[in-house]
Amino acid sequence: MDSLIAPLLNGTADGALLLIAALGLALTFGQMGVINMAHGEFLLAGALTGYVIQQAISSTNGSILVALPVAFVVAGLLGVALEATVIRWMYDRPLDTLLATVGVAMILRQVVLDTFPSQGVGVVTPDWLDHQLDVFGYEWPLRQLFTIVLAAACLTALAALLKFTAFGRQIRATVQNRALAETLGVSTRQVDRITFFVGSGLAGVAGVAISLIAATDSTLGTKYIVSAFLVVVAGGLGQLKGTIIAAWVVGVSTAFFTQWTTGSIAQVIVFVLVVIFLQVRPQGLFTVRTRGLA
Amino acid sequence: MFNSRNRTLSVTAAALATGLLLSSCGGATTKDAAPSAAPKSCVDTSGDTIKLGFLNSLTGGMAISEKTVSKTLHMAADEINASGGILGKKIVPIQEDGATDWPTFAEKEEKLLTKDCVAATFGGWTSSSRKAVKPVVEKYNGLFFYPVQYEGLESSKNIYYTGATTNQQIIPAMDFLKKQGVKTLFLAGSDYVFPRTANAIIKLYAKQLGIKIVGEEYVPLDKADWTTQVAKIVKAKPDFIFNTINGSSNVGFIKAYYDAGLSPKTTPIISVSIAEEEAPAMGHDVSGNYASWNYFQSLKTPTNPKFIADWKKYPGSSGVTSDPMEAAYDSLYLYKALVEKAGSFDVDKINAAAKANKITFNAPEGMITLDGDNHHIYKPGHIGRINKDNQFDIVWSSPEFIKPDPYLEGYDWFPAATRDALVKAAG
Repeated sequence: MDSLIAPLLNGTADGALLLIAALGLALTFGQMGVINMAHGEFLLAGALTGYVIQQAISSTNGSILVALPVAFVVAGLLGVALEATVIRWMYDRPLDTLLATVGVAMILRQVVLDTFPSQGVGVVTPDWLDHQLDVFGYEWPLRQLFTIVLAAACLTALAALLKFTAFGRQIRATVQNRALAETLGVSTRQVDRITFFVGSGLAGVAGVAISLIAATDSTLGTKYIVSAFLVVVAGGLGQLKGTIIAAWVVGVSTAFFTQWTTGSIAQVIVFVLVVIFLQVRPQGLFTVRTRGLA
Repeated sequence: MFNSRNRTLSVTAAALATGLLLSSCGGATTKDAAPSAAPKSCVDTSGDTIKLGFLNSLTGGMAISEKTVSKTLHMAADEINASGGILGKKIVPIQEDGATDWPTFAEKEEKLLTKDCVAATFGGWTSSSRKAVKPVVEKYNGLFFYPVQYEGLESSKNIYYTGATTNQQIIPAMDFLKKQGVKTLFLAGSDYVFPRTANAIIKLYAKQLGIKIVGEEYVPLDKADWTTQVAKIVKAKPDFIFNTINGSSNVGFIKAYYDAGLSPKTTPIISVSIAEEEAPAMGHDVSGNYASWNYFQSLKTPTNPKFIADWKKYPGSSGVTSDPMEAAYDSLYLYKALVEKAGSFDVDKINAAAKANKITFNAPEGMITLDGDNHHIYKPGHIGRINKDNQFDIVWSSPEFIKPDPYLEGYDWFPAATRDALVKAAG
């Protein structure tokens, strides 16, 4: 029984983590067409923020709750800085944003290497997450449930922002028709900046969550950026529900293949399946339906 | 317009993702340099200095580990210079960055040997970096000193191996487990050459010792989450876990291990890559688990206290000493001993001196001897148990310094056919 339950639960948690990492990309890449390869380093910035706060308040139990909002702001500000200094000159030139942000990512990684201990830093899991839940006989790590709850919270907040606020309407208007939005009085520059702030901030939140399961060193971002991009592309650009489903499918199927084969083979199988899927459906799971923009 | 741009973006991103995935698989094999007559060495020994090349990844993923090795080499060079140099010549280090990229290692090695005309080179960490350097250093008849424990099954007249080979780290660990009465063992490793080769050897030796292997799992180096694999370990209920996971990938494993309710009390781990520097970065108190190395900071040798004190004072030092950095430190002193015995910086004369003499160095790990036939070192095997201070209490030591046997020729449970297959697979 737990040969089914373990990969299902763990895969869902993995997918949830991937989702938080991909949400920011879904915003900046999916909505704005900017390929931000430094997104992984924003995850890293979030994880390191979690570490610094843990050191500063020296309470491992409370620090994560402080770290989540602070990491959001820190990574968000990094995103705004990147937008203001590099990306704003390159809207509509996705390949240039790709190259420029790869460069920025390298610089950020080196800064981390030079600033933090060479072996990486240990972010300690709080005691209250260090338990297991008995799910039909499988001892499920509580931290996994925490990840899922966190993803749900991020998603709800983002969906509410896009759907129910004036600012959300402005983002959607800018994405659908920038020129028209401008004539209607939307400050699209302002919208770009804030979208970047929110998207990058979500990376910071994901970074805190990842620091609870992985090494917090300069390579943390690179471990997630490929999968996160794949999830956004497979989900369909500009579609949150596509991103959600794709993240879940990638997470769970990786876990199942890992159960049946090995971790490496599982990863290859999933990537091959996604590539085949994109051959059949280049637009991903869902596509934006807009009028008169084709 | 929006839709067509979307499609371009999707294709670009998919291509990009695939490319990154492939490149992250790493280990691109370097083509062997075409065999040719060794070019005449351009090493200049006329002045009162001698140039040595240090080749370490100062950037990229491996910088985490290799920067420490680089600093240790510089510390050894400073010490040797302060005491008069090698054959009266002061060392001038030329530092190059391998950038965690194996073709770069090959290029920089070539540059160091042919443009900078260094007398010898020191560095490398991953087996891929060593394999990339090997054909170059052989082509130009140079010297390369490699400081990290590795999977063995290799020898070269142009490389000196100052870290452990498998019979000095893996086999002592297995002997220790046998002594502990371990009946079942689970193998967990990163997915690359060292863990796979090490596990092939472990499985053969386990059969000999009567230890049952109840599972074997590998995780790609670029993957963080171990939860699903650890669930398999929980199910298999092994007495012990043999861990051949690489450096920082251990963090994900250790976190998943405690997450799943495992602990050193019930299922201890023995590692071959967690040392004094890694233990505090695991994000969990790992005390009670074990590691097998040839050097620990806690070793009580006559030379170790001074080594530790000097390192703590050295600019940019992390404050703790560890096995690979100690092996790097030894490598420069062994080179000095070799040159002085040969009376020359000439590579062939050095190799001849290594063969003809017992080259020794009073290292922090003890009085080590160079095996002139295979260019490895006689080393003591130690098992340490991690304590609350992230230091290691030594719980077992090999009765004597172990003769290096990179091809495991002295072990009759290791079939020649397996050796040939593994050597071939390692390229």
